[in-house]
This record gives sequence, C-alpha cells and structure tokens, in this order.
Amino acid sequence: MAALDPHAAVVAGASGAAPDVTAAPLTTADGRPLARALARSQARARRRAFLLVLPLLAFVIITFVIPIGQMLHRSMYNDGFAAHMPQVSAWFHENPPGTQPDETAFAALAADLKTAADDRTIGIVGTRINYDVPGTRSLFTSTGRKAKSGFQPPYQAALVEADPKWGDPQLWRAMRNASTAYTSNFYLAALDRTRDDQGKVVMAPERQQVYVMLFKRTLLLSLLITFTTFLLGFPIAHLLATLPARKSNLLMILVLLPFWTSLLVRTTAWMVLLQQQGVINDILVWLGIIDSNGRLQMIYNQMGTIIAMTHILLPFMILPLYSVMRTINPSYVRAARSLGATSWTAFRRVYFPLTLPGLGAGALLVFILAVGYYITPALVGGSTGQLISNMIAMHMTETLNWSMAAALAAILLGAVLVLYWIYDRLVGIDNLKLG
Amino acid sequence: MALPTYASPLERVWHWTYIALCVAIFVFLIAPIIVVIPLSFNAEPYFTFPEKMLSFDPDGYSMRWYDTLLTFGMSRADAPRDASWWADAWHNAKWVNAAKNSLIVGFFSTILATVLGTLAALGLSRPEMPFRRIIMAILISPMIVPIIITATGMFFFYSSACVNTGSGLGRLLAPMLSNSGCLANTYLGVILAHATLGIPFVIITVTATLIGFDQSLNRAAASLGANPRRTFFRITMPLILPGVISGALFAFVTSFDEVVAVLFIAGPDQQTIPRQMWNGIREQISPAILAVATLLVIFSIALLATVEVLRRRSERLRGLSPA
Repeated sequence: MAALDPHAAVVAGASGAAPDVTAAPLTTADGRPLARALARSQARARRRAFLLVLPLLAFVIITFVIPIGQMLHRSMYNDGFAAHMPQVSAWFHENPPGTQPDETAFAALAADLKTAADDRTIGIVGTRINYDVPGTRSLFTSTGRKAKSGFQPPYQAALVEADPKWGDPQLWRAMRNASTAYTSNFYLAALDRTRDDQGKVVMAPERQQVYVMLFKRTLLLSLLITFTTFLLGFPIAHLLATLPARKSNLLMILVLLPFWTSLLVRTTAWMVLLQQQGVINDILVWLGIIDSNGRLQMIYNQMGTIIAMTHILLPFMILPLYSVMRTINPSYVRAARSLGATSWTAFRRVYFPLTLPGLGAGALLVFILAVGYYITPALVGGSTGQLISNMIAMHMTETLNWSMAAALAAILLGAVLVLYWIYDRLVGIDNLKLG
Repeated sequence: MALPTYASPLERVWHWTYIALCVAIFVFLIAPIIVVIPLSFNAEPYFTFPEKMLSFDPDGYSMRWYDTLLTFGMSRADAPRDASWWADAWHNAKWVNAAKNSLIVGFFSTILATVLGTLAALGLSRPEMPFRRIIMAILISPMIVPIIITATGMFFFYSSACVNTGSGLGRLLAPMLSNSGCLANTYLGVILAHATLGIPFVIITVTATLIGFDQSLNRAAASLGANPRRTFFRITMPLILPGVISGALFAFVTSFDEVVAVLFIAGPDQQTIPRQMWNGIREQISPAILAVATLLVIFSIALLATVEVLRRRSERLRGLSPA
C-alpha cells in the first residue's frame, strides 16, 4: 500500500536530508540557499495542511479516543471495595492468599463496615462484591445497619452470628480479589476464569462459563453471515457490473435503498415477515407447505439474527465487489474461452481470482461490522442469537457491572482493531466507498 | 449480459437460473422494506394481511396507525381537533416530540461534523500532509469501532466530564449542561456523540470528491490575484459542494438512525425517533411502528434520490463521466 501511496512518497522525500550541495550552492532570487528555502516552504505547507486537520483531530480525540481510554481504564480499575474498606483491604495485603481470616481480619471488617455504613458507602461495597458472589449486596447493607450500633469483640463470632455467610470462604475470596483497585480480575472473568484460594488462575465454575461461549458464537455467526453475504452478494455484484450502465444504475437503487433505510426499520420489517403469525408463515400455510399448527419458528433465535444481519450487511459486500468487478476487462474471459476453457474453468481460473480484492474488502468489512453488532441481535435474536455486544449492554444497563462490561468491550475492541489494521493494510481505508 | 451465440444448451439453462437467482436476491433485499408499507394501513392490529386487505376491501384499510402517531401521549386526544388540540399534539405527543428531538440533534451534529470534516478532508488531501495514514485511521475509527463500545466509553466520559457551574466558564456553559454540570443527559452530549459518529462519512465522501480535484485551478485563481479565502469560496467550494452535501446527508442519516449512544448517554428529555421505536419494539410492538417505518422509508427514498443526483452532478463537474 505504501508504495502505491503517492502522498507518502512525497512526504518522505520532503522530510529527507537536503541534497548535498558543496560547490556554489544554488540560491533563490533574494540570495538564500535554494535547498533551505525549499525545506522551509515545504515545512510551511505541511504545517498548513496539519492545521486544517487539527480541529477535527482534537474533537475526535476528546469525544472518542479519551472516552475509549476511560473505558479501558475502567476495565482494570474498580475501587468500590478497596476505597471504602481500607482496613480489611490492608489485612489482605499483609497476609498471603490462602490465609484463614483470623480475629484481626474480622475486627478490621467490623470497623470498615461501621465506617462504610456511617458514610453511606456500604451499598457501593456490597455492589462490588455482589458481582462475584450474587446475593451479597443485601448481606453488606443489613450487616452495615447492625454495625452502626457497633459489634462487640470477639468480632468473628459476632459477625458470623449476625449472618453465617460471613464465615463463607467464597465471600472472603471475593473480598480479597476486590481489595486492590487495579485488577486483572475482570479480564479473567471475561475469559471464564477466576482466582482460587491460593490466588492461582483457574476455570470458573461450569455454570458461570458464558463469555468464552459467547465470543465463540459471535465469531462463528459473524463468519457465517460473511459467507451468506458473499453467496448472495457475488451474483448481484456480477450482474450489476456486466449489465449496461443504464440498467445497472436502476438496479443499483435496489441495493442502495436498504443501505439508506433505517436499521430499526429493516429489523422491524424482518420481525413482521418472520413472526409465527407473520407474512412468510402465512404464505407457507396458504400454499399448503406447512400446517397451521406447524408454523416455523424463524425469529427470536439464531436464525432470526442470521437472516436479518445478512440482509442488513449485504450492501457492504455488494458495493466493494461491484467496484472491482466493473474494472475487470470482459475480454479476459473471452480469451480464456477462445483458448478452450469451459465457462466454469474460465470463471474459476480467470474471473474469480480477479474479483478477490473486492471480495477481501467486502468480507473484511462485513465481518468487522458483524462482530460488533448489537441492535439486530437484541431485537430478533431471542436468547440463542445474542452476541457479545448484547452481553456488554446487559452489564451496562441491567447488572450495572461496568468494569465487566468494559473488560468485555476491551477484548472485542482489540479484535476489531486487529481486523481494522488488516483492512487498512490490504485495502486501505482511503478506498472505503459509500454507494 | 446477453448470452453469446455460441453458448451451449447447458450454459443457456445456467444463464436463466442465474437470472432467476438474482431476481430472488433482489426480492430478498427489497421485500422487507416494501412489505411494511401496505401493512401500516392495516385496519386490524396485526402484522399480517387479513382477508379484507387481500381483497382490496376499503374497510380493510385505515389511517388509524398514523393517527396514533399524532395522539399517542397527548393529554386530551379525544377532544375536538381545534387549535388547542393541535397545540396539545405539538407539545405532548410522544412521536411529535421524538421527531423534534431527532431533527434538533441531527441538524446540529450534521453542521458540526460537516464543517470540521470538510476542513480536515481538505488538509488530508494535500500531498504534504504529515502522518496522513495514522490520522486518517483515527478519524475513520468511529465508523469501525462497534457502536456499543463507543457508547460505553461515552457513558463513562460524559458522566465524569463535568464543570463546576459556579465558576466563570461553568456559568457560561451551564445552560447546555445537566443540573450537575455534566454532559450526560444533555442535548449537547448527544449532539457531540452523533457528530463524532457522522465524521467518518463526511471525511470519506469529501476526500473521494477531492481525488479528482485539479489543484491547478487553485493556483490559477491565486495567480489571478485571489487570496486563499476567496479561492476557497469561489473555486474549491463550488466544485466539492456535491461531495460535502452527500457527506452531510450521510452524517444526518447516521444521527437520525442512531439509538445505542442515545440509550446510554441521553436523558428522558432527549427522546429521539429511533429511541421511541426501540421502546415500542421492545415493549409492545404495534402497527404504529410500521407507520413510522413507512414514513422513514419514504424519507430514505428522498435522501437516496438526492445523493444520486448529487453524485452524478459531481462526476459531471469533475469530468469523470460524460454529461
């Protein structure tokens, strides 16, 4: 790509060392050395170009790059426990993982609970532990209320009497994990892993293993959708590229109209079509293909996600394929035929390889867009058609486990950025076309 | 596309299969968009065509769902339709308010994205632009990064991007910020977010227009004595205007169709059309949604037609295709 980019070559040439001028240097009309005058004027031109871009760059950095950075920070930072439970956090730091909580630990806990209850931060603390051990938020708030009047030593007995859950090793493990503000635990959890009593990384309990499965499903469904868009997009792009301009411009509108139509409208349309009481099932019943009681379940499952997303992403496959196919000289195929190739061989050996740049561009773009899709799976995916984005949204809006959402988002972001980098290498973002 | 005369019978069969296949795919592309239009005139609250509609009985059709769009959320929907009824609809009807919000947010975010994006595209198209590739990658990334990630980041940023409303700068900005002086739950926040999402489209369309731009026109203007500003407004701007307008339309559509960022960073006051649709679809999907969908399809047809006209005009202006 770099070799093809004339701008890069010019910039590299301009920033290179000035040519070696030993004997009688060339000068401008006012007597300055020509090389220096040129370098100065080129620097000025670079500055001018950069100044035009600067406002937007600053804007995007503030409204986009910094927020993403903040999200990445959030994915490894959560001080909900560490900041409001200082004494018990300190106990965890002094004692290695695996130490049984002793009377000092319980004394620190009782003192922290009282302070947190007085400062009304006990809810934050409870919420933080609740991410790891469901149902513990109320444990903290109720014990906090009792702590206000003060526990009497021995604290261990007093706390366990207040609620036997305080003796639960799982709870202490969760508190230890939360006792440092900077933590990799959310990333571990996002990969279905956790820390055991010794602080070693182990697999999470089987019934809590959901994320790796969701990442795999996102990957598989995205690949499948990329493939179906290829299957449907290739013939259309070929037709558009080979028809006379007038006809293909007309048909192009049929491709561009879905592209311009609201995403929510298209998703709603598929809900209407695919429902059990919807149009397609009605037609099938009317044709007698299926029985009225045997209506097909085509939506609120993976099938719904695949159909609707294929439809939505199809233009992103067709447009790059079309722009490459249009440049393929038809005489290549004719030459292959005249040399004795069958039409299938001519297609396979001559035409198809020439379409590969467009196919690569389209497939990468569709795949990149598919792995991050949220709206369509949320509306038509049911429970089996949900992707990783839906899990991020769930943690953001329902469980309010924002660090978890941020960790999942960071992993997804990493994958997308790698794909984006590949896209830029292979296709070049300059070649991105919109209709 | 015509079949060559030397085609074998098998190739003829394949040719017609191929045509049939393409027709089927075009139906797949267009049918969902077309089917919502008649269904929005359904007299029954169903998503399927009842007997009466299929037999073109006028009783099977009605405008009731379009009426619902006006009356939903009004305080006195059943009152006689006089001036006060319309005032009620204007102030209280949920879809009317959503449309107003969508237009406000769309308008300002488009202006912001178009002005900043066009300036940047001019800079990026200059051959001497330094770090071109990486800057371009950053500016396009809001389009590539999944919207859910962008919205998550913005949620954190907007709830922490606060000013002290007592200070000098804070007092100046206070009317645009929420009561606590933050960007979350404000029009300004949504406008900034949507501008960010629209910028890649402006950059792409305007740089595409500038590819065929003849720089010697600018030099000619300068040699004839025009200063840079005059050169820009009299020479460059008219030539790249079609690209700028299609970029602006793309940015507007992006904002007009955006729901995830709105869900994450907007407050109840910034209810937009997509958010209202989202709520409608998730709670109780009624044919009123189809009425909105129909209006939006008509809107997108109008936009598509505009962009196509602009594109052809731009290609003609730049001499890329015959008139």
